This record gives sequence, structure tokens and C-alpha cells, in this order.
Amino acid sequence: MKYMLLMNHAATPGSQPVDEWAPDDIKASGAAMWAIHEELTANGELVGAERLAGPQAAKIVTHDGVGAPVVTDGPFPESKEFLAGYWFVDVESEERAIEIAARTSAAPGPGGEPMAREIQVRPVMGAPDREP
Amino acid sequence: VTQPSSVEEQLRELAPLVLGAVARLYGDFDDAEDAVQEALLAAATQWPAEGPPENPRGWLIAVAARRMTDRLRGEEARRRREVVAASREPADGPPPVPDRDDSLVLLFLCCHPALTPASAIPLTLRAVGGLTTAEIARAFLVPEATMAQRISRAKQRIKASGAPFVMPAGGEWAERLRSVLHVLYLLFTEGYAASTGAQVARSELSAEAIRLTRMVHASVPDDAEIAGLLALMLLGEARRPARTGPDGELVPLAEQDRSLWDRALIEEGVALVSAALPRGAVGEYQLQAAIAAVHDEAETADATDWPQILALYGLLDRMTGNPMVTLNRSVALAMVDGPAAGLALLEGLDDRLAGHYRLDAVRAHLLEMDGDRDGAIARYRTAAGRTTSTAERDYLLTRAARL
Repeated sequence: MKYMLLMNHAATPGSQPVDEWAPDDIKASGAAMWAIHEELTANGELVGAERLAGPQAAKIVTHDGVGAPVVTDGPFPESKEFLAGYWFVDVESEERAIEIAARTSAAPGPGGEPMAREIQVRPVMGAPDREP
Repeated sequence: VTQPSSVEEQLRELAPLVLGAVARLYGDFDDAEDAVQEALLAAATQWPAEGPPENPRGWLIAVAARRMTDRLRGEEARRRREVVAASREPADGPPPVPDRDDSLVLLFLCCHPALTPASAIPLTLRAVGGLTTAEIARAFLVPEATMAQRISRAKQRIKASGAPFVMPAGGEWAERLRSVLHVLYLLFTEGYAASTGAQVARSELSAEAIRLTRMVHASVPDDAEIAGLLALMLLGEARRPARTGPDGELVPLAEQDRSLWDRALIEEGVALVSAALPRGAVGEYQLQAAIAAVHDEAETADATDWPQILALYGLLDRMTGNPMVTLNRSVALAMVDGPAAGLALLEGLDDRLAGHYRLDAVRAHLLEMDGDRDGAIARYRTAAGRTTSTAERDYLLTRAARL
């Protein structure tokens, strides 16, 4: 069963932005994420994973199909609703997808405290499972 | 000139025989499986160009054995344990080829209960089915590296379980056979729904499931459940050409063009299940096959013998206690005693299938039969929101829109 685990750009509201973290905290957070990545790879559960650049590097494109496409630098939703990255996993069950999401959510932030980031667990649409 | 497809078929037939021999020679299933995979890849490139060797099986065993020797030498160099490795090296020249077919032993090992079906399926496809990692990865729409890792992890788990490379005996045999049949059934259903585009590779999964189940049936022809599973697959496969419309949309059983059904497969499936049922020890695959046979033998949807289907679902429900069976029984009950009776049976499923789209889909269907247009539309929409299948969602939304 395939799932997308989606992580938004910022941590829980009110928390420190990542560019203000202590170097050791950044390192610890990276190590926790890497450990999850390694485990998913070793299990053959990882289909893909990417980090996305922040709002500063993002563009919004709209096109009415007639004139020239309109390209703007925003405005973007609040950073807590701005997609920061995803894991595309193929796992045994929804429980396993939730377990991975929970560990990702609990990755350490400033001072080594679990971040409790919101991770969306989204089933990927697949082939029919019914016998017509 | 040898056709590429025939080389491919030949390799798939030979794969389990070769792996059985190499695993026996070296007493190491894990490494032998990698070595045979390499030998199959070598054959797939060399044979079409140079023609197949005189003794294809011996050729594959020799190439795989050479890989095993290289592997052992590599380990030896690394570990400097010359004495141990040298004693395990086969003499130069073709190794002795044991004259036996270990395909079934391999299949039982790959479907070991220590594995989840999701890891047993790809391992079975590679070790017993002779598919390449790339082919398996394509069928499951994941990167090749991911699939390779999954297979390697499955082999490690078998190794850790300590399962020997022998056929289980006595009571264990029956229990292990259940795992084998379950894995083959799931492999079949993986490919069952596939029809278009990227899903074409998946329909090969059904074909492979049928091929492997034929192999098991040929080895153990008297087992009624094996025959039942094969019949179930054939009777389902027979409907494949009618199951999807020109744009890949689902066509429900009642609306399928039955002239597209594969008569030869239906005849074979009906004959298998008819021969299996009177043998006693009726199992769930035989019952499911019997239900599929009743559907497949009806000239038109209206001619379906619903009372018989209802009776069979009754038996199956008692045997399995599976709420999905009760769900299907409610449809049969509605066809025999009217939609109200079917809807009443669904009442008991609300807890056990809470949130499952099929409960909403069946309820919608029965409400539609009952003339409750608004109720049916609402349920079709709920079901469409809950399914993770695109084709299913489109089908359910179309049903709702039509009302």
C-alpha cells in the first residue's frame, strides 16, 4: 500500500525557525531524519523522498489558456501550511505508515525536544481491489 | 532463430529447477538465489544472440555455480579463511546436476509464514517465477533498488527463521500449504484489476499466479483446495476482456459483454471445481470457485442462479466468518429475497467494516434497487470518497451521477 507522508515547512506555531537553531540541534535533527531514511531504504519501503525549497524560491503559475502565463512569487499560505517535503513509501499497512509518520513527527528540534510536527498521511490512489 | 519470448519462457520454466539444484549444492538459498538471478540475466542476453546452449539447465547451473565460487573466493580473500572456502569449492567443470525438481520446496520456502505476503510475493516471483528484479519492480511501480532491497530483506528473514531447504512434513505441510495458496491468491488479485497503460505489467502477475498454481496442482493433483484455487483464478481470468471498457473504466459483472468471456478458461475452471467439490474437505477456494462458476455459466446476468450463489455464500460465511463474505452474501440475498432483506443483513456489518468503502458501495447499490434514490446517491458518494482506487471512484461517481 502506497502512502505519501507530507511534512509542512514550519514546526508547530510559535516554535523557533530552523535558521535560528543551534548547530548541534540542526545536526541532531538531520541525523534523526537520516536514520528514518536509512531504515525505509533497508526495508525496501522507500519509493522516493524529497525536500522542497522554501517559499522564497517558489513561484505560482496560472494560465487561462489564452494569454501569457502569469508567474508570481506568491502570496503563499502561512509557512505551517507550506509543503516542505515528502516521503513516498510502499508499506504493509496503514499502521506502518502512521508509525513512520509518528517517528518523523517526533524528530528532535531546538534543545533536543521532539518537534511534534504535523505529518499528513495520504493514501495513494491505486488499482481497483474489487472483483466486478 | 529463437524468438525472444520463448527464451524468456524457457528461462522462467528453468529458474526454479536451477535454483533448487544450486541451493542444494551449496546449502545456501540466499546466495544461490542471487547467483541464479545473475545466471538468468546472462542467459537472457546471450541466448537470443548466440542461440541457446545444448543443455540449457546445465549451462545455467554451471554459470550460477561459477558465481557462487567467485562469491566464496571473494569472501575468502577478504576474510583470509582459505581452508574453509577451498573445502566448499566445487571441482572445475560442470558440477553434478541433481536430477530432481525442487520447485515446490522453493515455493514453500518463499511463502514461509515468517514473511508477510508483501515480501513473500516478490521473492516468489524472482526465485520460483524466474522474473528479474526490474520486471517485478515495474509491476509494483517501485524503483528497482527498492524491490531488490525488499527481496534481500525477505531472504534474510527466511535465513533468520532457520527454515531448512526441505519439504515440510505431516501436519506442518497442510499449514504451510495454506500460506502458499494465500500468497498465490494475493499475487493473482494484484494483477486481476489491471487493464491499461502502466497496469499492463500487472496483468502479468495474474498470469504468473496461474502458472505457479498450475505447477502446484500438477505436483499435488489430488488436493481439492489447490484445484479450487486454480479454478477460481481461471474463472476470474476468463472475464478479464469484459471487465473494463474502452477507456479503462470498470464494467460491473451484470453489464459485462459475456461474449467476450474466455470460454476455454471457463470450461477448464468449471471442470476443475466440479471434480474437486465431491472429494470432501470443501475449502474456501473451492466455494469461491463454485460461486464464480455459477456466474460464468449464466448466459445473461438475468439468468444467474442467485439462490445457488446465496447458498454457497452461506456456506462460505459460516466457514470463514469473514465480514467481506457477509457483504457479498447480502447482495445475493437481495437478488433472491429483495433489497430489504439484503439491507437488513448489512446492519450487522457497521462495526466490523466501519469506514470501508465497499460497505457504502454495496449499501448504495441495494438502496438503488430499493428505489431510495437520495439514499443511494449519498452512499455512492461516501464510497467514492473512501476508496483509494481511481477506477473504483470513477465508477461510483458515475453510478451516483446516473441516478
